[in-house]
Amino acid sequence: MSLRDRLRALLGRDAVLETTGGPDEAPRVAPASPDAVALLLGTAHEEGWRVRIEGAGTWMSTDAPADLALTTRRLDRVPSIAPQDLTATTEAGIGCDLLRQQLADRGAWLAVDPPGLAGRTLGSIVATGTSGPLRQGFGPIRDHLLGVTFVTGDGRIIQSGGRVMKNVAGYDLTRLQAGGFGAFGVIVLVHLRLRALPRADTTFLLEGGREDLTQVAEDIRATGLEPAALELVSPALARRERWVLAVRLAGSAALVAADEAGLRAATRGRFTPLRAEEAHAFWMRAAEGLATRPVAFRIGGLPEGGDELLDLLQHQVGDEWISASPGVGVIRWAGDTTPGRLRHLRRALAEKEVPLTLERAPWTLRGAVGHFGQYRENVSPLVAGLRRTFDPGEHFVVAIEGDG
Amino acid sequence: MNLAGALAAIVGTRHVRAARAERVTYAMDGLPTHRWVPGIVALPGTRDEVVAVVRLLAAAGVPFVPRGAGTGLSGGALAGEGAVLVVLTRLNRILTIDPRARIAVVEPGVVNARLSNAAAPYGLQYAPDPSSQTACTIGGNVAENAGGPHCLKYGVTSNHILALEVVLADGRVVRLGSPGGEPWGPDLVGLFVGSEGNFGVATRISVRLTPVPAAVRTLLADFPTLRAAGEAVSAIIASGIVPAALEMMDQSCIRAVEDSVYAAGYPRDAAAVLLVELDGRAETAVAAETASVEAILARHGARSVRSAATARERERLWQGRKKAFGAMGRLSRDLVVQDAVVPRSTLPDVLETIGRIAAEHGLLVSNVFHAGDGNLHPNISFDGTDPEMKARVEQASAEIMATCIAAGGTITGEHGVGIDKLRYMPLVFDGDSLAAMYAVRRVFDPAERVNPGKVVPLHACREWVR
Repeated sequence: MSLRDRLRALLGRDAVLETTGGPDEAPRVAPASPDAVALLLGTAHEEGWRVRIEGAGTWMSTDAPADLALTTRRLDRVPSIAPQDLTATTEAGIGCDLLRQQLADRGAWLAVDPPGLAGRTLGSIVATGTSGPLRQGFGPIRDHLLGVTFVTGDGRIIQSGGRVMKNVAGYDLTRLQAGGFGAFGVIVLVHLRLRALPRADTTFLLEGGREDLTQVAEDIRATGLEPAALELVSPALARRERWVLAVRLAGSAALVAADEAGLRAATRGRFTPLRAEEAHAFWMRAAEGLATRPVAFRIGGLPEGGDELLDLLQHQVGDEWISASPGVGVIRWAGDTTPGRLRHLRRALAEKEVPLTLERAPWTLRGAVGHFGQYRENVSPLVAGLRRTFDPGEHFVVAIEGDG
Repeated sequence: MNLAGALAAIVGTRHVRAARAERVTYAMDGLPTHRWVPGIVALPGTRDEVVAVVRLLAAAGVPFVPRGAGTGLSGGALAGEGAVLVVLTRLNRILTIDPRARIAVVEPGVVNARLSNAAAPYGLQYAPDPSSQTACTIGGNVAENAGGPHCLKYGVTSNHILALEVVLADGRVVRLGSPGGEPWGPDLVGLFVGSEGNFGVATRISVRLTPVPAAVRTLLADFPTLRAAGEAVSAIIASGIVPAALEMMDQSCIRAVEDSVYAAGYPRDAAAVLLVELDGRAETAVAAETASVEAILARHGARSVRSAATARERERLWQGRKKAFGAMGRLSRDLVVQDAVVPRSTLPDVLETIGRIAAEHGLLVSNVFHAGDGNLHPNISFDGTDPEMKARVEQASAEIMATCIAAGGTITGEHGVGIDKLRYMPLVFDGDSLAAMYAVRRVFDPAERVNPGKVVPLHACREWVR
């Protein structure tokens, strides 16, 4: 019996998706429940199958060498939205666009705007630890998680955290899963912290030279303004002639009005407000544009070091596709590059105590340099131990470590 | 040389407690229901001394327990006769404050409030503010992932820790995180925070500082019923306004405070009061949001809403809240400060059930808690010398936990599991999940020597063969 037939027998015909790559292509399996994921991974553990984890296939290249691909795309139910508690529980394979709509219908908002296409799955965002410009006002994706349920490489279903706003019962395995790239399990269920839909939400833009805009961003930060987003976007990504500094204010009408006045005072009225549809289009372009390049990474430094880091990127890998959050010191780069250049860049950044996380790349690149590269002293045995704990048979084809 | 002598050779004779009379001082933390006398107490004064102590204990195969100020409320920092208590209060230096980057680097023994005081001249503060903040240490806060009233808006400890230097159980030193807070690899900082001392000793802690808000309004609303107060909480949250703090006290608590030196002017006849604080950069925005909250409070049956007119009055209102646990010391010989979390919308029902449980067991339960987060603190007054009463307290605590779990909540929101909540862990986690936690602990500490017997109930772990 072929592997494909065995998988059909295990999970049902519907669970094995049709592929177009010919008989040698790894079967793509879409379990429809957490239990089915556990059954699949438990069997993979017994059989020694190597498994590639996928979401909707819109962000990470689906090219890691494996015996089968496990996609979460049929885990797309939303078991609970509690607008009165501002929490939700959702399966990990739901597309962010669908989730956003369902939440908005209930007056709730997940204040997360990661790069990628609209249908990118929530599980992909959590597993890659990816946040967008809203990180400025609402924190990284890990701050929006109340808990997760995940399945280990040998098919155990593990719960971490819960569904309430505070929880210190047991170790915080949720934080390990957020940004773990699937090396510690397949996330199947996510408990989310929501916010009420902002009553007012306005975006302002200022075009100019990069250094000038960096200074403006610093001035805004110094005033104590707390924008939802403060993003420096490169011309190609913004589809403008020059660099753009975008400020998004979101919250109660009174708060946004006060912050708008503060922004005007701090910058002598240099910013131009966007209409709602223009703002939506701007942020969507910036998010989707990063998914059009084969490679994306983020680096995280100190807020005041942003300009120097941008210079370094410009010098080493170019700065055509950049989205930077100067208020929090995170810069996202997209483009094309080689393992050698990435290793070189990582070394230069490490000297400045700045980590580089490879968020998206073809297997040839991520397999070579890893999502994280090399760890600092004495960390490697800890990560290796955690991987053994959650994937004892080394079934997950995930390149978190690399040689640079 | 015996172990005490070897420890004294590292930290100095003055900083080792080996006599029983000295060790008994460390037999409890802030929870009076557990008492373990440590074998030896050592108080290292520098990071290098911590490393040397941990290496000595690793070589000797002796378990140890890191401890801060001992204000914890879960028995988490207790060491038994066979273990060494490593007290970190002498590592109390604030190493750097970088106002531009809004970052401070501190040693674990720095007292929480002292850090905020040190940051204040720069217009900054360390936001997590446990009620014990004038005594508890940042290292303890990291171990427990401590919260506090203002965590509703600003987040708990975990949201404010950027990087850590950790001494592992075998004496190796690791640096986790990065200066800007971006994880360096998997988020081991996030994993370490809240690990209750099971993963090692944090010796350097890099924290995020937050601007002190320019505008602040503090409201006191009093309600004729607990239910009305609970419903007002849900309505405020659902409105989209995020108060800096949203705290509730019931009548028993109010009266204890008003009878104490911390009297804050709370109305003694109220069934419950809400303390609501709104803050921000702009006076106009805070004023407008305050008006909205006042309207919500009135709509939900508040008999009166008082706004603190001066900074002094605001301080007084907060002192009553933060010293409420101390004030409750007047009610009985002993006090169990319980900790659980429920979905916010279930607060009215859960509070009524807790009232029924207290009545059934003939116990006085006073509630003072972080209502905006649904983080309950039912406090049970009792006399620990009365075994029968102590048994009723245990039974009532168990029933309160079961009530919170049944409502969709959990057994601890900020005090940790320690030893006190071990028995409840199987009520919220299955055997595989507990076994996974146990396996993770063994990655950091294969010999299980750091803070043994805490957090994970081994009997409930499904076998995890590795």
